[in-house]
Amino acid sequence: MAIQRPISPHISIYRWELTMVMSIVHRATGGALAASMVLVTWWLAAVATGGSYYESARQFLASGLGQLLLLAWSFALFYHLCNGIRHLVWDSGRGFAPATARQSGIIVIVCALVLTVIQAYLMLGGAS
Amino acid sequence: MADLNLPPNSKVQTGKTVAAADGATRKKRLKIYRWDPDSGENPRVDTYEIDLGKCGPMVLDAIIYIKNELDPTLTFRRSCREGICGSCAMNIDGKNTLACTKAIDDVKNDVAIYPLPHMPVLKDLVPDLNHFYAQYASIKPWLQAESAPPPDRERLQSKEDRDKLDGLYECILCACCSTSCPSYWWNGDRYLGPAALLQAYRWLVDSRDEATGERLDALEDPFRLYRCHTIMNCANTCPKGLNPAKAIAEIKKMMIDRTV
Repeated sequence: MAIQRPISPHISIYRWELTMVMSIVHRATGGALAASMVLVTWWLAAVATGGSYYESARQFLASGLGQLLLLAWSFALFYHLCNGIRHLVWDSGRGFAPATARQSGIIVIVCALVLTVIQAYLMLGGAS
Repeated sequence: MADLNLPPNSKVQTGKTVAAADGATRKKRLKIYRWDPDSGENPRVDTYEIDLGKCGPMVLDAIIYIKNELDPTLTFRRSCREGICGSCAMNIDGKNTLACTKAIDDVKNDVAIYPLPHMPVLKDLVPDLNHFYAQYASIKPWLQAESAPPPDRERLQSKEDRDKLDGLYECILCACCSTSCPSYWWNGDRYLGPAALLQAYRWLVDSRDEATGERLDALEDPFRLYRCHTIMNCANTCPKGLNPAKAIAEIKKMMIDRTV
């Protein structure tokens, strides 16, 4: 009988590093943005339909849940955008030293958060 | 598709505890992954308490001490004890490294030791590296040249061309990088992994090698090369301070350069 060899533990024992976390978050935000297209499509359909249908869509997006979703998607967009630029720099062969990759990761997180805060400020009518 | 869970036969259980002898002054606990192919049981983590005053400073010294004094059944690979053979690569304190160059004092709490991650286990800390070596062989890690070498001397290289091999030739094939890579965990059957790709690049940039085109053709594949998503675990964990992620990026650049 062939021996059934176990597989050694992996994700459960590996120490998470910033670059590793940011990589999986990049994928998660990409998935979230793809899912957000459903909302965008629904909103566009509501605009085209107009009238009371548009009004109910507008009310949903203005509700607490709607605002929360828009805020989360805003962060996903800004994170994915900033990290995408980081990937472009990597594609040019630059920024691969472990310390540099960590620093560029922190810059991406800070930029995404700042952009999200600005977006929230504008969304909540702070500029008006 | 990534399978985050271990199969039922791989789930790790709690094992025995071996306490240090009386009178130990500097106690340290090591929690070590164990699996015995003859037992028919699941893997377990055994805890060994050792007296740091009685063994050398490195993690390898500690596990050799355990094997000699506490439990002769503990199984692991080791050879040079100075970071050049790559035999004692294992996961220590959550990161892949060489036990012989990792100081025990670098680990603040108990020292958790596992085999290299997501590999078939032969016994205890010994992983099956056959597939890893086969992948290395698949990149044809030798000089390929059609032209005849000069009759009176070896193939010469300029200093600048030789410099391109720095950061590549030092690789000892310990497999720390490949087994730290989530992409390699989920797609290691088809993705070559950072170690084999760094080696591939070592031959791609060698000015004496004349098979660059064929080498790139062999890598032009959705899995072999392009499963690298720049997660950077490889560069973060390499015990020799090399940068497989950068080497892979350079291969991707070569792929683009030859098409535009």
